[in-house]
Amino acid sequence: MATADAAPDLPAGPTDLAASRRRIVVDAVGVTVSASAFGVVYGLATRSAGFSLVDAMAMSTLVLAGASQFAAVGLLVAGAAWPAIVLLTFLLNTRHLLYSAALAPWFHGRPLVERAAAAHVLTDETFALALTHFRRLGRFDGPGYWLASSFVVVPWIGATAVGYLGGQVIPDPARLGLDVVFPAAMGGLAVGLVTGRREMVAALAGLLIGVVVALAAQPSVGVVAGGLLGPLAGLLTPDRERLEQIGAYPL
Amino acid sequence: MSVGFVGLAVLMAAVTYPSRAVALLAPGIERLPGWALAYLRLVGPAVLAALAAVNALVVTGADGRLSLHVGLEPAAVVVGVVIVAWRRNLFLGILAAVVVTAVARALGLSPLP
Repeated sequence: MATADAAPDLPAGPTDLAASRRRIVVDAVGVTVSASAFGVVYGLATRSAGFSLVDAMAMSTLVLAGASQFAAVGLLVAGAAWPAIVLLTFLLNTRHLLYSAALAPWFHGRPLVERAAAAHVLTDETFALALTHFRRLGRFDGPGYWLASSFVVVPWIGATAVGYLGGQVIPDPARLGLDVVFPAAMGGLAVGLVTGRREMVAALAGLLIGVVVALAAQPSVGVVAGGLLGPLAGLLTPDRERLEQIGAYPL
Repeated sequence: MSVGFVGLAVLMAAVTYPSRAVALLAPGIERLPGWALAYLRLVGPAVLAALAAVNALVVTGADGRLSLHVGLEPAAVVVGVVIVAWRRNLFLGILAAVVVTAVARALGLSPLP
């Protein structure tokens, strides 16, 4: 079992390791269904766009970022040049920098190879499931991280192949309501990370800033802005512990 | 079998991986001051809330214009999030959001996106 010291300044909440890993499995069910459904749609879209199976699989395996992969297919069909697609991919995926920074304290002391490999599978869903797991546990758990990522990576890559080879016979995920799985999962996991006033303010500020900036600029820019500025609003909020210390908070 | 887009996949991966890896591979993260670690602790709820809200509330029209979407999908997400907060069960919340959306669409109360 790979473990490291609890990250400094992060909440420790000792929970049974096996129970927390089981919770990952339960939490990941919806995420897996969503990744599978949209992986199938993506595979079908690549075939329609003239990709070979190798092309489609290479993109799902190497890039592993659904939004930018869908955008790339759409842009190729529209005749866009590769540099434009690569630039858009970079912009769409800059939000991963925030995930990397937020997880870095938990990975402190882990081997370089492990951190480098973990970075490749750091998707939206992996981040949410893994961070929730680490905070529930109060420390790093390598197998837990890989378990969380496997519920996203394996179905996404597998469903790409399924969609490419036989996606025509599978119903539209939107007809089944699966298009709301991703925002519902991200919102639900955000709720799980709210443990105090500061987290609540950070989440609400991130939400508001994200939507306003997304409408004014681009959705991906909004997510990054919300993720960057929301925590600042949280830091400006006196936490309950501090208020209790100075006698300004009703006990 | 053609592999004409494998090169593009490699380039896309090359600009995506650094964003994922730079902080994880950077030395000295443990020596960050307390306020920086406190900031990083708040990134999780902020970025996930932003991701959920932007996905549910911001839509791109056929003409490429962005607009605020107030309708079934955001309502279903709110239902799901409230259930997660109430029951502390993510699966139940997601299931509720999906059922609300699928039933409303089946009844013709909301068009497919």
